[in-house]
Amino acid sequence: MATEGAGDAAPPNAAKMPAVAFKTSAEELELLAALRGGDESAFARLVATHHCSLLRVSRMYVSSPAVSEEVVQETWLGVLKGLDKFEGRCSLKTWIFQILINRARTRGEQEGRMIPFSVAFEAHSDLGEPAVDPNQFNENDPEWPGGWVSQPRDWGRNPEQTLLSQELRSVVESAIECLPPNQKEVITLRDVQGWTSGEVCNILGVTETNQRVLLHRARSKVRQILDQYFGSK
Amino acid sequence: MNEMEANLNDMSCKELVELVTDYLEAALSAADRHRFDLHIAKCDWCKLYIDQIRLTIKAAGKLSEESIPKDVQNELLSVFRDWKKG
Repeated sequence: MATEGAGDAAPPNAAKMPAVAFKTSAEELELLAALRGGDESAFARLVATHHCSLLRVSRMYVSSPAVSEEVVQETWLGVLKGLDKFEGRCSLKTWIFQILINRARTRGEQEGRMIPFSVAFEAHSDLGEPAVDPNQFNENDPEWPGGWVSQPRDWGRNPEQTLLSQELRSVVESAIECLPPNQKEVITLRDVQGWTSGEVCNILGVTETNQRVLLHRARSKVRQILDQYFGSK
Repeated sequence: MNEMEANLNDMSCKELVELVTDYLEAALSAADRHRFDLHIAKCDWCKLYIDQIRLTIKAAGKLSEESIPKDVQNELLSVFRDWKKG
């Protein structure tokens, strides 16, 4: 499990914790040895790899960027203090983020924020929220019942290029920001940070199925907002 | 209606959009995956929709392309030096 040495907070939904374990990789073990040996360049690499992700993830739980920075700073201290106790039963990355999430959740709770997964969690409770506005389908078409009323919007000849624009970036950023906390958590780890579903289930203590339902809702909503954006261009 | 059309009709566009994530995550049952594949083989509009979803995923991934400010990095390195001194 991903909670080794990660502070005092119990993992959420521990009973649902999937059995998948992500052990420390050979590369990480090398890094770990260097860190323990006081190798500053190893720490610089670790910080360069994870700092911005840590800030983004902690930001989901706390009220402001300033608090988020404090939480990340505390996390790095916690990592350094815990290095000797880390036994490599999960990946170094998972361990670091577990420390972060525990701290950020605690901090968010103190601030009275709504914390994802802090209550019994049932992804299926938000079923019935369609991925696409039902008016875009024609139920009564005799030949293709439930087919598109009209062609989905083409997002331009060069959408890949558009993805790099600052404007689109802020559209995506605010679309994710507006999602319910559980969905935001999953899409941030999966699609923004590029974690695998196994890693996400492991650190959040959710089942693969629940994770997929949340990811589906989140992606569908962000797509809708992007579609509106492309429609307004 | 020929056999292909009957198969395509089997999964509607409305149903497909709810199965896209399971499809991309390789979590569909073999039977549903087959119905899904048959549908997109003939439905360009759903292919467009799937392209939109793929671009959505890509767009989200772009958000993580950021690097740590130099002063923050330096501050953390000094934290590391303090830790090393014990």
